[in-house]
Amino acid sequence: MTDKSNQEEGNNVPLVDNTLIVDISDALSEKDKVKFTVHTRTTMKNFQKSEFLVVRQHEEFIWLHDRYEEDPKYAGYIIPPPPPRPNFDASREKLQRLGEGEGTMTKEEFTKMKQELEAEYLATFKKTVAMHEVFLTRLASHSVFREDHHLHVFLEYDQDLCARPKGKLQQLGGIVKSIGNTTDQYYLNATVRDVNDFFEQQMNSLTEYHNQLKEATTRTDKMTEKHKELADSYIKISGGVLQLANNDPGPLDKFLAKVSDTFERARKVESRVASDQDLKLADTLRYYMRDSQAARALLVRRLKCLVTYENANRTLEKARHKNKDIHAAEAAQSQACEQFEAISAQAKEELLDFKTRRLHAFRKSLIELAELEIKHARTQQDLLKKSVQSLRELL
Amino acid sequence: MADPVEPPPLFENVDILSDRKEDEDLFVSARQEQAEPYKDEPQEGLNGDADLTNLSLDDQKPELETVPINNSGTLPDTMEQVEAAGGDQFLEISITEPQKVGDGMSAYMAYRVTTKTNMPIFKKREFSVTRRFSDFLGLHDKLSEKYLKVGRIIPPAPEKSVIGMTKIKISSQAEGSPSNGNDFVERRRASLERYLKRTAQHPVLVLDPDFREFLESDIELPKATSTSALSSAGVMRLFNKVGETVNKITYKMDETDPWFEDKLAHIEALETQLRKLHTNVEAMVAYRKELSHLTNGVSRSAAMLSACEDHNSLSMALSNLADTEEKVEALHLEQANTDFFILCELLKDYLGLLGAVRDAFHERTKLFQHWQHSQQMLAKKREAKAKMELTNRTDKVDQAGAEVIEWEAKVERGQENFDKISKMIKTEVERFEKCRIHDFKIMFIKYFENHLNHQAQLVKYWEAFLPQAKAIA
Repeated sequence: MTDKSNQEEGNNVPLVDNTLIVDISDALSEKDKVKFTVHTRTTMKNFQKSEFLVVRQHEEFIWLHDRYEEDPKYAGYIIPPPPPRPNFDASREKLQRLGEGEGTMTKEEFTKMKQELEAEYLATFKKTVAMHEVFLTRLASHSVFREDHHLHVFLEYDQDLCARPKGKLQQLGGIVKSIGNTTDQYYLNATVRDVNDFFEQQMNSLTEYHNQLKEATTRTDKMTEKHKELADSYIKISGGVLQLANNDPGPLDKFLAKVSDTFERARKVESRVASDQDLKLADTLRYYMRDSQAARALLVRRLKCLVTYENANRTLEKARHKNKDIHAAEAAQSQACEQFEAISAQAKEELLDFKTRRLHAFRKSLIELAELEIKHARTQQDLLKKSVQSLRELL
Repeated sequence: MADPVEPPPLFENVDILSDRKEDEDLFVSARQEQAEPYKDEPQEGLNGDADLTNLSLDDQKPELETVPINNSGTLPDTMEQVEAAGGDQFLEISITEPQKVGDGMSAYMAYRVTTKTNMPIFKKREFSVTRRFSDFLGLHDKLSEKYLKVGRIIPPAPEKSVIGMTKIKISSQAEGSPSNGNDFVERRRASLERYLKRTAQHPVLVLDPDFREFLESDIELPKATSTSALSSAGVMRLFNKVGETVNKITYKMDETDPWFEDKLAHIEALETQLRKLHTNVEAMVAYRKELSHLTNGVSRSAAMLSACEDHNSLSMALSNLADTEEKVEALHLEQANTDFFILCELLKDYLGLLGAVRDAFHERTKLFQHWQHSQQMLAKKREAKAKMELTNRTDKVDQAGAEVIEWEAKVERGQENFDKISKMIKTEVERFEKCRIHDFKIMFIKYFENHLNHQAQLVKYWEAFLPQAKAIA
């Protein structure tokens, strides 16, 4: 599989928006794996058909991502971060815990709690699908990435890509590899003096930025989760007040029924607040945490290039000193230099691009967050106002 | 157990108390005019020899207290009027300035109890005294001693908290200012205030000389030793309590009055429901506090992110987000306080009050037991007398006859007491229910109003943030 032929052909394709449109039309959860149906429409000629469907699993997405990362051709680009592993353990665990606590609540309370958990599961599922889709759409809309042969295989080949779920041993290998990567980074950071202040500073701030984003994501997740828990705790209060109403016939029952109803409605609003915070704030932070990681990976690749370049310089000097193999060393040096210059230029552009992208995304989601917060608070305000009014009538 | 079998009440006391009782009925309709002339003197008298007459007073109360009720008959109406009449007479109690007094293990908290009133039985319109926690317990003990036996529902004083108090004692700072996150002190202050207010709501308890002394008297109250958990009296109390509890559990009276059966079932069900609700509200409070804490984390993260964001307007917006989240954090804490001080504490108070209702019910059970015992004794005595007559032992017949008469009187009095307490409990429960319904309604409205304001605040915070988000460019 050579990429060259593809690229040459790909270059002829006009850059119109509908060149390659990818979406995930369907997804199916089976035990501990999710099967995504990837739907592609294209005007590119190097595909057999203009529209096709394939079924892919998460591991195949990772496989695709790794192919991009491996390829020196893309070394100068920020490669879209891979989607996170589908993880429904939290939902499952909660469901199990709910089952254990079934005896402590009324039937209605249990049903409501279960509904909430199911909704939560569904939301997580949809989110997982969306993140896989975003990964593909980013590739497909990128003028360089979309020409990649592996992507085409991924989209078109209707068989398994043999990207089997990693076995224990391979997973261990993956961990060793990632540790190797990080130590590599530290080693590079510590040993290589960057010739360019801009990049050195970018590297530092990106590292810091990534860490802060990571922290912010975790904290926001914790916050929204607690908010959800808080909303769910209204269920039992609403239920308890209703029971009280049933137990207290006479002057209080209508009143308490209304109170119970208010709690139930307020719960729904609070629950929406929690999920919107998750969607607008936590998910944006999460995505840019991954994206900043990808940007950092680019800078690391550049540093590696720099190392190669410096080594080539040294070799050239030695060669000159010994007056031996000068020609080969010169060629190697100039190639390394070229490569380094190219990657530096490309990286600069990419970082700028990353910034614009980030700016847009944060602007959009922060505005939406504020608007939704206002909307929900207003809704709840109205709701409380109305119920206070009708409660006063029952005084 | 109270022994209601006593010589007939002294006349003085009858006068005093029936006067008082009449006052009650009177202040219902014409409180202001009537209260002054009737009340002041006899009450002063009572106050003066309260210590001396306490013993006999206690025992006589059953008869005394109910006299006017029997006369007036239509108490439900009276009770309504009491509440209606509450409009022109008022008694406002507030507790402020909790202060730590002393050091080490002997340290205690003192509270400033301020009363504003236009009730003529008080000397001044506004006054304040310093009281310590054990004084509140002492007041409750005194009131229970006097009124529980006749079936009144005595609002319970807040529970002692050894852990909370030890923390206060250990804390190095001299004054437990509530601003210093001293949750415990504020909680206790609020619950003591509610306790006094609740006692003041009661048409009879509010007029009690001990209650008045508690609010009014400048001098330090004698230390209520029996309230201390470790004193010998405390141990005795514990012992008695255990005995009573055993009695409560083991003794089942055959209920003759379906009203009591229904009420007891209702109260028990209510207690179960309230307890469950209370637990769940407590959980909600905890969640909201944690949420507040976690929101702080997000705020800090946003600030850090703002610091390392190199794009100006985004950095600004993030810094603003940090501020907004910080405000939201404070708001969540306020909401948690609303949840706690309005909803949770009321539920807790009512759990205590339901306990007080049960206590009153239990007093009735005790009187019933006593009456039953008297009846059995009477039957025995009659049997004995009949035996004597059969065996013609005239010398002993007279004595047996006297005993029979004596026990007949006891039975009669026992029944009378029982009937009276039953009646009293009915009126008390009616009042209690009225208060409860009112309290619950007011509480929920206040609760939602508070949250309404919180939401309005939230709207403001985010509205202030929105232009900042839009300014990102």
